[in-house]
Amino acid sequence: MVQVTYVAHDGAETTIDATEGDSVMQAAVANDVDGIVGECGGAMMCATCHCYVDEAWAERTGPRDEGEDDMLEGAASEITERSRLSCQIKLTAELDGLVVHLPEEQL
Amino acid sequence: MSPQHIVVVGAGQGGLQATISLRHAGYAGRLTLIGAEPGLPYQRPPLSKAYLKEGRAEALMLRPQSFFESKDIAYLPQTTVEGIDRGAGEIAFHGPDGKGRLPYDHLVLATGTRNLRPPIEGLEHACDLRTLADAETLRTRLGTPRRIAVIGGGFIGLEFAAVARGLGHEVAVIEAAPRLMARCVSARMSEHFADLHRGMGTALHLGTPAVAVDAGGVTLGDGSHLAADFTLLAAGVVPNAELAAEAGLEVENGVRLCGRLLTSDPQISALGDCASFPDPRDGQRIRLESVQAATDHARFIAARLSKGGEDHYAALPWFWSDQADSKLQIAGFAGPGTSEVVICDGVVARLDDRGLVAVETVNNAGIHMKSRRLLSGGTPAGLDDLVQIAA
Ligand SMILES: Cc1cc2nc3c(=O)[nH]c(=O)nc-3n(C[C@H](O)[C@H](O)[C@H](O)COP(=O)(O)OP(=O)(O)OC[C@H]3O[C@@H](n4cnc5c(N)ncnc54)[C@H](O)[C@@H]3O)c2cc1C
Ligand code: FES
Repeated sequence: MVQVTYVAHDGAETTIDATEGDSVMQAAVANDVDGIVGECGGAMMCATCHCYVDEAWAERTGPRDEGEDDMLEGAASEITERSRLSCQIKLTAELDGLVVHLPEEQL
Repeated sequence: MSPQHIVVVGAGQGGLQATISLRHAGYAGRLTLIGAEPGLPYQRPPLSKAYLKEGRAEALMLRPQSFFESKDIAYLPQTTVEGIDRGAGEIAFHGPDGKGRLPYDHLVLATGTRNLRPPIEGLEHACDLRTLADAETLRTRLGTPRRIAVIGGGFIGLEFAAVARGLGHEVAVIEAAPRLMARCVSARMSEHFADLHRGMGTALHLGTPAVAVDAGGVTLGDGSHLAADFTLLAAGVVPNAELAAEAGLEVENGVRLCGRLLTSDPQISALGDCASFPDPRDGQRIRLESVQAATDHARFIAARLSKGGEDHYAALPWFWSDQADSKLQIAGFAGPGTSEVVICDGVVARLDDRGLVAVETVNNAGIHMKSRRLLSGGTPAGLDDLVQIAA
């Protein structure tokens, strides 16, 4: 199990135990965390799984994958250098304790 | 005033989204979701893609069981709605505990489609790919080396063919039309994908219908016989509109909707694959088979039911298909009679007399997303606008 904390736009925190190997998007959906839509199921087609990786974790989650920049352009909320598509962040033991912040809107 | 009991028939991606969006929009009344399939609502797109390779059914589930409890939604799986009594405002259903009736104030039909069974002899020998159960069967069959015939060169047939060929099977695709995905993409895109599949070693039989299937393969229109250990039927779908038709609702290529996504009965809405609606761009009646249409319809209906309003549905269609290393994305919708212009490698514009209607791209998410913005803007876009963003 890998612990992930989602911080909603209004500051509310939800911490869940996710399955290693799942993406940050899948873990949110499987645990009924509001604020991540994930409409295309992780195919990198919808940009409704946008999140901001917490500063402390940015290095460990690594840079954006190929094609992520392009899709993020279509995201509904502001894009910052911490912006990622959460379906492209795979949860490994190294990411135990990960904190991500959620945007105001996904659509 | 919003209704007191909303019943959603069909627990696919659109039906589930309607319940999510209703609660999200603050609808606090009674909410029931009824679906004929067992288990939790799941997404279909991976059934012809990742699921065939990885087989992780749990990754398909759209929401966990706890969602229905926390959002106070009565979810009735394995339950089929058999009739709508509009006079009484009731539906009749048949579930694991037998038959029953349920009153509604508003009904949402989200019954999707089922596989088309064309008049081909011996179709009982062919497999379908529509449900998780279908995909499980196919996955098992892909476990041993085989010769596979696919009837239908549309998105689902080709996605399956790409996966099967990638796993090392011998694959042949049979398409009655002269080109692949002819209903949905430009001739240039058909060609790109024909090259891709041929390059992988898949045999394409274009312009030849399948006329019979038997345990040993498929007979083609020209009389030749193609040997195959199993055959997949992916020759299109029919909307599940019988429930609506029997209740006296208007049906025209699916449940007929107005621009506010209401049926001919103002107490009944419909969405997604099972419904036809006026194209916001030109008023032409269209029916789309896409996650985008199902979920955007659902969100629109949920907003109307919880907040009221006279708005017309106006979302831009978009679609994707993954075949081997080619990611096809389509922004907008091109009906019959639209012309095509190749902008650059892997980018094709579709135009009608009013300008740009759709943009097809391969492995180019940047232009796809920019095209979506271009086409959703208030003013009609032209070829020049696309050339500019592609530059
Ligand atoms: C293999 C495959 C791959 C696909 N790939 C893509 C893709 O890459 N991109 C994309 O955008 N779209 C894709 N699609 C299409 C997409 O999945 C559909 O457009 C979407 O699921 C439509 O949602 P829906 O809610 O309208 O219908 P469905 O998801 O089909 O759900 C309808 C549900 O209603 C139930 N039902 C029907 N009648 C009754 C009744 N009387 N009582 C109770 N329940 C009933 C059915 O059992 C079904 O579960 C794919 C589809 C398939 C099959
Ligand atoms: S879930 Fe669609 S892009 Fe991440």
